[in-house]
Amino acid sequence: MHGKIVAVFGNMVIAEARSEVVQNSVGYCCRDDGAKLLSEVIRIRGRRVDLQVFEETRGLKVGDNVEFEKEMLSVDLGPGLLGQIYDGLQNPLPQLAKEVGYFLEPGKYIHGLDLEKKWDCTPAVEVGATVRAGDKLATCPEGIFKHEIMVPFSWSGDFTVKEITPAGSYTVEQQIAVLTDSDGNDRPVTMQQRWPVKRPLAVCKRRLMPEHPLITQVRIIDSMFPIVRGGTYCIPGPFGAGKTVLQQIMSRHAEVDIVIIAACGERAGEVVETIREFPEIKDPRTGKSLMERTIIICNTSAMPVAAREASVYTAATLAEYYRQMGLHVLLLADSTSRWAQAMREVSGRLEEIPGEEAFPAYLESRIAGFYERAAALELNDGRVASVTIGGTVSPAGGNFEEPVTQGTLKVVGAFHGLSRARSDARRYPSIDPLESWSKYKGIIDPAKVEKLRNVLVRGNEVKQMMTVVGEEGTPIDDFAVMLKSELFDNCYLQQNAFDDVDGATSPDRQQLVFGKILEVMDTDFGFEDRKQARDVMFKLQDLFRNWNYEAPDSDEYKTSIEKIDSFIAAKGR
Amino acid sequence: MRKYYDEITRVAGNVVNVTAAGIGYDELAVITTSRGDSLAQVIRLEGDQVSLQIFAGTQGVSTGDRIRFLSRPMQVPFSDDLLGRVFDGSGKPRDGRPVVEADPVDIGSPAVNPVMRRQPDRMINTGIPMIDVFNSLVESQKLPIFSVAGEPYNELLARVGLQAEADVIILGGMGLRHDDYLKFRNTFEEGGVLGRTIMYIHTAADPVVECLLVPDQCLAIGEAYALQGKRVLCLLTDMTSFADSLKEIAITMEQIPSNRGYPGDLYTQLAKRYEKAVDFDGAGSMTLLACVTMPGDDVTHPVPDNTGYITEGQFYLRNGRIEPFGSLSRLKQQVNGDSSRDDHRAIMDGCLQLYSSCREAREKKAMGFETSAWDEKLLKYGELFEAKIMDLSVNIMLFDALDLCWEILAECFEPVETGMRRTILEKHWPHELAAEKEEAAVS
Ligand SMILES: Nc1ncnc2c1ncn2[C@@H]1O[C@H](COP(=O)(O)OP(=O)(O)OP(=O)(O)O)[C@@H](O)[C@H]1O
Ligand SMILES: [Mg+2]
Repeated sequence: MHGKIVAVFGNMVIAEARSEVVQNSVGYCCRDDGAKLLSEVIRIRGRRVDLQVFEETRGLKVGDNVEFEKEMLSVDLGPGLLGQIYDGLQNPLPQLAKEVGYFLEPGKYIHGLDLEKKWDCTPAVEVGATVRAGDKLATCPEGIFKHEIMVPFSWSGDFTVKEITPAGSYTVEQQIAVLTDSDGNDRPVTMQQRWPVKRPLAVCKRRLMPEHPLITQVRIIDSMFPIVRGGTYCIPGPFGAGKTVLQQIMSRHAEVDIVIIAACGERAGEVVETIREFPEIKDPRTGKSLMERTIIICNTSAMPVAAREASVYTAATLAEYYRQMGLHVLLLADSTSRWAQAMREVSGRLEEIPGEEAFPAYLESRIAGFYERAAALELNDGRVASVTIGGTVSPAGGNFEEPVTQGTLKVVGAFHGLSRARSDARRYPSIDPLESWSKYKGIIDPAKVEKLRNVLVRGNEVKQMMTVVGEEGTPIDDFAVMLKSELFDNCYLQQNAFDDVDGATSPDRQQLVFGKILEVMDTDFGFEDRKQARDVMFKLQDLFRNWNYEAPDSDEYKTSIEKIDSFIAAKGR
Repeated sequence: MRKYYDEITRVAGNVVNVTAAGIGYDELAVITTSRGDSLAQVIRLEGDQVSLQIFAGTQGVSTGDRIRFLSRPMQVPFSDDLLGRVFDGSGKPRDGRPVVEADPVDIGSPAVNPVMRRQPDRMINTGIPMIDVFNSLVESQKLPIFSVAGEPYNELLARVGLQAEADVIILGGMGLRHDDYLKFRNTFEEGGVLGRTIMYIHTAADPVVECLLVPDQCLAIGEAYALQGKRVLCLLTDMTSFADSLKEIAITMEQIPSNRGYPGDLYTQLAKRYEKAVDFDGAGSMTLLACVTMPGDDVTHPVPDNTGYITEGQFYLRNGRIEPFGSLSRLKQQVNGDSSRDDHRAIMDGCLQLYSSCREAREKKAMGFETSAWDEKLLKYGELFEAKIMDLSVNIMLFDALDLCWEILAECFEPVETGMRRTILEKHWPHELAAEKEEAAVS
C-alpha cells in the first residue's frame, strides 16, 4: 500500500493514496535520502490522506513516497520493559544514544525490547489445556517480578495448547508455544506481542469500584485528599508551584508495584535527574533499586510534538500490560497540558473549527478517554489489579478556568490544586487545602477529616478579618482557632520532602499524629491574652515539628509523644 | 548550474508563493529583487506551489523576480573567525568586515538525547550576591530575567557576560535599540571579553523575519562550541520581541491564535530554543540567560507565562534590583550544598526570612500601626541589606558576600534572633559570639 506526498506544512503531510488506507494506521514518509519517517493517518478525504509525522519534516518533498501499513501505532510488550527509558514511540533512548550519539535522529527507530537478551522461561500450562486471550502460558523473572507471558490480547476465541516449550532460556522472538484455534489452525506464540497504543487494554472479568487507598506517604494527600488504586487525580498549578516535585515524591514513595513516568513535553533536565538518581535509590519495600520498578517515557518539550501526543498513550499501554499480570501500576503524566497543546497544534493544521483558546472541540472527550484507562480490574483468574493515573496540568497564567483544567476536573476522582500563595510562602507541598477535594475514602475517618477542614476554613476567615481589624480587634477565641489551624497546617499538611523521616509518613503514623492534632483542636486552652496564646501554640508547634523528624523506632520519638501529651494535659482545661 | 524559478503566484505578508518542483520542506532559497538578494525559507509545499518566507520581507518584491533554491536547510558558518564579530539576523556581517568562510552547521538541529545530558553541578560566579548567594546560576541552566521595560536588564546581562568565566559568549539581540547594541559592545570591549564574544544583532529597524533567526543562529553556534568541549554562555535579549515576531508572522499566515493573538505553538517554539541549554556528557556546556520584558508588568502575559513553564526558574528585576521573592533558581541546590561553604544555605534562608519579616514591619508602619523594638531592628536590617547586598552595583565574590551578610546580621541582631542553627552561629558569627567563647576559655 502506498501513496505520494502532495503537500507538506509543519509536521503535517497530505498524501494521495493509491490503495486502501486505514484511519489511525501507521504510514512512513520516505525522504529521498532513504530515511523513513513514522507517521499516523489522522484524516481521510477521498484519496487525500492527512498524516501527522512524528519527526521533523525537514527535507520531505512533493512526490516522495508514503508507505501505508494496516496496523495502528503500536508498542511491543514483553519482558525487558522495566527500567527502560523510552521516547514517546517506545524507542529505547540509551540504545539510540549508543548508535547515533548526542542527538536524536529522525527516522532512526530501535525495537522496544532487547532482541538478544535471553529470559529464563518456565511453562505455566500443559499441552491440551484450553486458553484464551490474556491467559498465562509461561513466566520468566524480570527483576523483582514474575513476568507473565500471555496469550496475545488481540486473539479471540478458545485455543488449545498444542506445544509448550520446556523450561529454558529464550529470546523474545523465539517461539515458546503453539496454540490451535477452533478451526484447527496452528498459531505460534513468542514472548512478545504488539498492542495499538490508543486502544485501551483490559482483558478481565469486570471493572471494580476503585476503593483501596493508594498510600503515597504524603500526609496532605493520604489524610485529606486521598487517592485510590485504580482511581484518577490531577495536580494543576502555576509554573514553579511544585507539580513535578510532587510527582517525583510519589514516584518514590507510592505503595504500588510499578511506576510509569510519562515526561510529556516538559524539561529534559528533570528526566535526567530521575535517570541519574533512581538507580541509586533503594526501594525500602524491595531492597532493590527504584529503577527496577520504573519505566520512563520521555518526550520532552524539544522533541517532536506529534510524538508527544502519542507518548501518554504509550505510557498507558505499558501500564495496562503490567496490570494484566496482577500488578498495581501508577502512571504519572507530567504535563497533560503539553499533550493537549500537541492536539491543539494538529487540530490547527487540520483547520478544524476551534473551541475555547483554540483547543479542538474534542479536547474534553480525549481527556476523559485518557483518564478512563485507569481502573481496578478483577482479572479472569480472580486477581485484582489496577492502573492509577495522576496527571499534572499547567494552566495558562495559573488560572484554573481554562479548558484543560476544567475538562480534567470533570473526570478525575481527586483534585490536588497547587496555589501560588502557598508555594511563594514555601508551604510545601503547596496543595491548597481549601480548594482541593477528593471523592475517595482514605485512611482517616471522613467525619474527622471534615472537622479539620472546618478548622482550616474558620482559621482562614479569622486571618482575613485580622488584616482589616488588626490583632487588637480579634476576639481571643477566634485568635485561638486561627492558631490551631496554623498548627495543623505547619505541622501536618506541610512536609519536608528532602528529609528522610519527614519526607514519607506511613499510614499508621499518619493516623496517630492526626489523632493527636484532633486532641489539640478539642482542647480548650483557656487563653487569657494573645501573647500567651501565641507562646503556648508555638511551643506546641515546635513539639509536633520535632516529632515529625524523629524516626519511628527511636527513643526521641517516644519522648516526643510523652512531651506532647503532658503539655496538653498541663495547659488544657 | 542552478535552476531559477520566476513564476511568482502570490505575495502576502512576508510570504511569496512560487511554482516549482522537487523542493524539500524547510529548504533555503535566495530571491533576487531590485533591492538585492534575500534569503528565504520553505514553509509550505502544496502541489507545485512552494511558500517561501522572505527574510528581508516582501516589500518591493515583483512578480518578475527570480528565485533560486539552495537544496539545503538554513546553516551558519562555524569557525573561530567568528569570535569578536557582529552579524545581523540573516547572518551578514554588521561590522563592515568580510564574510566568514567556514564549514557550516545546520540551524535547528534535532533534540539532544536526554540520556546524553549530565546533571549540572558547577556554579557560575557572577559577582552579584542576589544571584550567587540567594539564587545561584548553574552551568547549563536556562534562566530568564523577567523585567518591566525601563529596568536595566541589558546592563545586568552584560555584567553577567563579563563576570562569568565562559570560554565563549554569544549575544543575541532581538528588536534591540541601536544604542543598546553599542552599549553591549563597549562594555564587552572595556571588559576585555570582546575577543571571545560573537554577536547576532537584530535591531528594531530590521525585517521581522530576521528577528526569528537570531536565537537559532546563536544556539547553533553555541551548540557547536559546546560539542567541542567549550563552556558557552548565551545571552538573549529580548525574547518578548522574538515571541512578538512569531505572533506577527502567525497572524499574517492566518493561523488561529490561542491566547492574546499568540500562536498555539508558542510553548513549543520557545521550548525548542530554551532546551538547547545543555551540559553534554563528555563535552562542554551551554548556559542560557534570556531577558523577557513583561508587558504591563504582568507575569501571566503569555510570553513570561510560557517561559516560566519552560525555564529552570526566573529572576525578577524590579526597581533596579533582583527581587528576592519570586526569583528562583531551580538548580541552586545542586551547587549551594556540600560544594559550597557550610554557611551558604543558612545565610540564604536566614537572610531572606528576616528580610521578609522586615517587609511586614514596613507594611505595619505604613498602615500606621505601632512598631516594636523588634520591628525597628528589622527595619534597620532591611536598609542595610538593600544597600549592601541587593543593590545591583554591588560586585563581590560569593565568600565575601557571605561574610558581609554575617556582618550585617551582627550589626542588627543578637545571634539567637537570626533563627539559625547554633553550630553555624558559633562558627561564623563575626565578633561577640567569638569573643564570648574566648572569655569562656580564659576564665
Ligand atoms: N515539596 C517541595 N519541597 C521543597 N521545595 C519544593 C517542593 N516543591 C517544589 N519546590 C521548589 O519549587 C521548585 C519548582 O518546583 P517544580 O519543578 O515541581 O514546579 P512545577 O510546578 O513542576 O513547575 P513547571 O510547571 O514550571 O514545571 C523546585 O525546584 C523546588 O525548589
Ligand atoms: Mg514541572
